Amino acid sequence: MQMTSSVARPSAARIPWLSLGVWGALAILVLIAYARAPQATTAVLTSTIRQSTPIILGAMAGIMCERSGVINIGIEGMMLIAAFLGYLANVWTGNLLLATAGALLVGGAVGAFHALMSITLKVDQIIAGTVINILAVGFTGYFYQQGLTTRGKLAPIDIAPLSSIPIIGPVFFNNPPITYASLVLIVVIHVLLFRTAWGLRTRAVGEHPAAADTVGIAVNRVRYINVIIGGMLAGLAGGFLTLEAVGSFERNMTNGRGFVSLAVMIFGKWTPFGAWGGSLLFGFANAMQSQIQFLQNQLPPWLAWVSQTPPQFIGMLPYLLTIAVLAGFVGRARPPAAIGKVYEKE
Amino acid sequence: MERAAPQPPSRVDLLAYGRAVLRAALIPAAAIVVALSIGAVIIAISGANPLVAYGALFEGGLGSGRALSRTLEKATPLIFGGLAVALAFKCGLFNIGAQGQLLLGAIFAGYVGFAIQGLPAIVHIPLALLIGALMGALWAAIAGALKAFTGAHEVITTIMLNFVAFNLTDWLADGPWKDRSPGNIVARTPAVAPEARLPDIAGVPLGIILAVLAALAVWWLIWRTTIGFELRTVGQNASAARYAGISVRRMTLLALILSGFLAGIGGAIETLGVVGRFQPGFNAGLGFNAITIALLARTNPIAVIPASLLIGVMQAGASRMQFNSGAASEIIDVIQALILFFVAADSMIRWVLRVRAEEGERVTLSSGWGS
Repeated sequence: MQMTSSVARPSAARIPWLSLGVWGALAILVLIAYARAPQATTAVLTSTIRQSTPIILGAMAGIMCERSGVINIGIEGMMLIAAFLGYLANVWTGNLLLATAGALLVGGAVGAFHALMSITLKVDQIIAGTVINILAVGFTGYFYQQGLTTRGKLAPIDIAPLSSIPIIGPVFFNNPPITYASLVLIVVIHVLLFRTAWGLRTRAVGEHPAAADTVGIAVNRVRYINVIIGGMLAGLAGGFLTLEAVGSFERNMTNGRGFVSLAVMIFGKWTPFGAWGGSLLFGFANAMQSQIQFLQNQLPPWLAWVSQTPPQFIGMLPYLLTIAVLAGFVGRARPPAAIGKVYEKE
Repeated sequence: MERAAPQPPSRVDLLAYGRAVLRAALIPAAAIVVALSIGAVIIAISGANPLVAYGALFEGGLGSGRALSRTLEKATPLIFGGLAVALAFKCGLFNIGAQGQLLLGAIFAGYVGFAIQGLPAIVHIPLALLIGALMGALWAAIAGALKAFTGAHEVITTIMLNFVAFNLTDWLADGPWKDRSPGNIVARTPAVAPEARLPDIAGVPLGIILAVLAALAVWWLIWRTTIGFELRTVGQNASAARYAGISVRRMTLLALILSGFLAGIGGAIETLGVVGRFQPGFNAGLGFNAITIALLARTNPIAVIPASLLIGVMQAGASRMQFNSGAASEIIDVIQALILFFVAADSMIRWVLRVRAEEGERVTLSSGWGS
């Protein structure tokens, strides 16, 4: 019974009334806020989308790996290495698109290393991810040189008629390329996972590899491909940090985003749209934080306590939120059944 | 089943015991050699001379009396961190949060150290150590309770708690517990009272003595007590343990509390024995070092000591290496990651050395996210 229920696992078919209701209520709140403070509201929403970009890309990296049965806690390290080498590529070539492609490839290469460890060498997958995380900190720290001249960053692209729609326009249609790419990828990966034969194979391998093997699916090949694609998504997230958000590299600049991504993945029940919801929550928390700091002296009296809160407490919020999200949702979400286990033919 | 930790001889055959120890050390030793070789290649690529670099590294860690005491100083928190991770491993838990638990232990030991004046050392030192240890235990207990009652995976919660601990201690050291003496502008607590500083006993720092005692105590707990047996049973097969009437929840909580207790003492010793006060940003990589050490020691508490000394030598010698050869000190992080890789991916080394794997030797952690 375990088997039948797990293969027929509900994907995204039912209408999620609860989340529709939550999003509807949020939309109304946004409209009220916009009516009272249009500029600040637009600023917060724009920043929400951008702050959530690396998180959703990281979460989709996790989804790709885990749907095929491989745990990846090395997303943090994959992001960091790709952010670093993508930045170096930009410094050397001065070509941002080439540098972005570089970050993508580096991510894929580190993904292949994770696949090699956890599939071929049968290293415990949690330890394999830890190897990548430590290696990333050491490698980027060792080769990092201060004083490299930055060569700019990816600029927003205005999609002309659409960007003049109030609220939605500036928020969705005036973004830099990697942010657009992440929004498109949410749809693409959703369709791939739930509407294609390849997606079905991926999920079968993640739920019941022996059964998948019986019907002729090359279990380990599917896993390799998925983990490499996952690495590329993490690499894109890293590229976002150096090539789109900041324009330069700093030591340990990922700051736990890879782990936040994993929590978001669980929150979204291993679906791209669910994870997007979680990422927006984090993006919003970060956006509010910077907006409050920006407007420190203009806050209304009932918000005065916010500006007196020590910055360290505001800095804790994303991490506390991650813990809360994880504790609240992990029990209700069921991970792919074969996760973490090496597949060996009997 | 448990071949990873060779049992001490009951009566006879010390020779066979020695041979078992050597055999158990073979893979880690080979992993270290291979990792150092790859590290040498990376140093050469970056334009420095690997022989000069490694020469300076070991000279800076072992070359003189001062170098040796610096190595012991570095190794002390590493032993506690390594024990913390190894103990949790035995229960099937991956505590990446030794870092945060150490920070909490360090700052609270520092607080007890400076806030109370005039206590005799014989009371003040144990009190400060105990408070530090308890705060580390409390911090780990959060992750333990989340795991036991909600199923939230400790890998994510302990990492997140590291970031929270970093912010919390930074606030304490820059706010309520800041050193207000004239001339101080940085975030740090006042110096601890002289009576709270750890003394040397017969020339050996008290900290390293406590670390060795802790290793023995953990060994005894794991292999000679009922609790240890129950921890190991849960670690090897949680459902079998449940069937045998062991509370998996209780053991999960207990393992993380003990783990955090150890990391907390490590932090307390760092404050009371080495730094003399709490300063944010110290020992930044301890959580990851501790993982390397625990796996290099194959989760054997006694073997944690030599593993920590090795990493301690590298840390103590890193600045001399950077000075003499120009190879940045971060290379030791790369070498550590490589050691971890070759210890974990031991099938390659086994193949080269023609050593067969033994049953029950592997650590299994990745059994999924929830419950």
